[in-house]
Amino acid sequence: MSKIANAFKDSKAFIGFLTAGDPTCEKTVEYILAMEEAGCDLIEIGIPFSDPMAEGVVIQDANVRALKHNTTTDDVFDIVEKVRAKTDVPIVFLTYINPVFFYGYEKFFKRCNDLGIDGIISPDLPFEEKGEIKDIALKNGVDVISLIAPTSKERIQKIAGDATGFIYIVSSLGVTGMRSEIKTDLNAIIADIRDVTDLPLAVGFGINTPEQATQIGQIADGVIVGSAIVKIIEQYGENAKEPLSEYVSSMKKAANK
Amino acid sequence: MNNGRYGEYGGQYISETLMNELLYLEEQYYHYMNDPDFVDELNTLLKEYAGRPSLLYYAKRMTEDLGGAKIYLKREDLNHTGAHKINNVLGQVLLAKKMGKTRVIAETGAGQHGVATATAAALLDMECEVFMGEIDTERQALNVYRMELLGAKVHSVKSGTKTLKDAVNDAFRDWIARVHDTNYVIGSTMGPHPFPMIVRDFQAVISAEARQQFLDKEGKLPTAVVACVGGGSNAMGAFYNFIDDEDVKLIGCEAGGKGVDTPYNAAALTNGKIGIFHGMKSIFNQGDYGQIAPVYSVSAGLDYPGVGPEHAYLRDTGRAEYVPINDEEAVEAFEYLSRMEGIIPAIESAHAVAHAMKIAPTMDKDDIIMICLSGRGDKDVRSIAQYRGVELNE
Repeated sequence: MSKIANAFKDSKAFIGFLTAGDPTCEKTVEYILAMEEAGCDLIEIGIPFSDPMAEGVVIQDANVRALKHNTTTDDVFDIVEKVRAKTDVPIVFLTYINPVFFYGYEKFFKRCNDLGIDGIISPDLPFEEKGEIKDIALKNGVDVISLIAPTSKERIQKIAGDATGFIYIVSSLGVTGMRSEIKTDLNAIIADIRDVTDLPLAVGFGINTPEQATQIGQIADGVIVGSAIVKIIEQYGENAKEPLSEYVSSMKKAANK
Repeated sequence: MNNGRYGEYGGQYISETLMNELLYLEEQYYHYMNDPDFVDELNTLLKEYAGRPSLLYYAKRMTEDLGGAKIYLKREDLNHTGAHKINNVLGQVLLAKKMGKTRVIAETGAGQHGVATATAAALLDMECEVFMGEIDTERQALNVYRMELLGAKVHSVKSGTKTLKDAVNDAFRDWIARVHDTNYVIGSTMGPHPFPMIVRDFQAVISAEARQQFLDKEGKLPTAVVACVGGGSNAMGAFYNFIDDEDVKLIGCEAGGKGVDTPYNAAALTNGKIGIFHGMKSIFNQGDYGQIAPVYSVSAGLDYPGVGPEHAYLRDTGRAEYVPINDEEAVEAFEYLSRMEGIIPAIESAHAVAHAMKIAPTMDKDDIIMICLSGRGDKDVRSIAQYRGVELNE
């Protein structure tokens, strides 16, 4: 069983996202460890990018903050190295494909392998372009996480059929960001996916309150939260450890209610 | 063509949420381009509304002054709204309407594509919203008002570098939230497939007309076709129907800004590297670690950190060549064409004029250069005055 599967094994998984280098690389290490301790089952680390097209304002701003002091892909690997000295919590990268392409696919995934990165989520790499990295990633033990959107419809079958690790269900149309309610009929999407695969299913985009986490926990295997976490880091800067721990632990609990 | 590939370039590097919509757009595009009624309707609009065919004008004084190749201007500046942009926009907005969409969105740099989209949306009774970098809204306040006059809503984009690439980002962000009722009318031969193909096809009218006009006027094809390249839509349109005529040289002119050896330029094919951005694999100006680089040009319309995938392909195969033209050369050409022919070109198009001025004297009198005069320069008068240190009081 892959480490990603472990994250979903005993309970509803809580998956937390933060942007590497926001506010500093040292703090990212500290916050990742704090989140894990507070019950985060899988950590999603965003590699900062100049043009994060699929992000709402909150995560866009985190990218700006991280790039202001030139957080590089190598810095992100250094962060992971420091985290790995303390824990083997499953880690996936959230990255636009250009920084990976520029770094060189072979070199990038070799480093992922060395550091025990478990997966990669690329918002600008749909099924049709997955071939860019699929073989190199799998060869290095990195799952290319597939996204399924409310608009995917008949595409679900081929996407889910080819998926590994877990499946990232995009809860709503639009970019990332906190939403007051999720209107998509997730049950129908989940049923379609379940016809094809038994992989764990996690839902993200818009989720920020414990009530929403409970709701998602009742229908899926995991809850993904990004903007709400990044917002806490934005608000508390270098002093976000405690509020982050409190938030993560309340969300993990809510997802398993 | 497979999946929108031009050699290794092109493709569909975009959010899953948009994929079905892009596939639907491609299907509908092929459907309507094979529908004689649609083609008729579009051709009527191009003729009766945009003013096509555009003139192929022999620039006699310029030719005599430069003392070499004969120079012709393909007068896209005479189209309604003053640039080639209307060719693409009429096609895409009409297509959106046929697809049952009620709203179109667009990005714009200098404002020309935004104005053209707002124009077509007014004509075809569609809701229209335009994304424009905050810095560009300040530089081109007149065009903002023009779009509003045409009934469009203009969003001032405050993310990133607050210019064209960020306007594209926000247009995609809007579209991803409203795919059901909205089409993204992209302004150049860029973005994910099928956009580079659709925009190129709608702009190909430039070279289709020009080719016939040369045969009628000169009994032969031009020696060289010269066009400016930002994303590359007027150049793709000017090149396309000459690609199989191997003796016709195709030359694209990029924004060399303050010089390609300075950080202040937008010459992707000169300085850029292969990358994946805005839905396509192509050539982009980028820094270490693949961050998209800020770019600069005196011309807002060429101020884009990349180039359409088909241009990258034409360069690699050697079918077209691409040269940088710096600000000073473009401004001199802007002034030269104004004095010499009484035609004030867009500062974008002036990049092509500048290159023609360089090569014409080295060519034979039997040779012919076609310059794609992609737009008119009224919009640039103020900024060129500023560039020259002339104060205008209004």
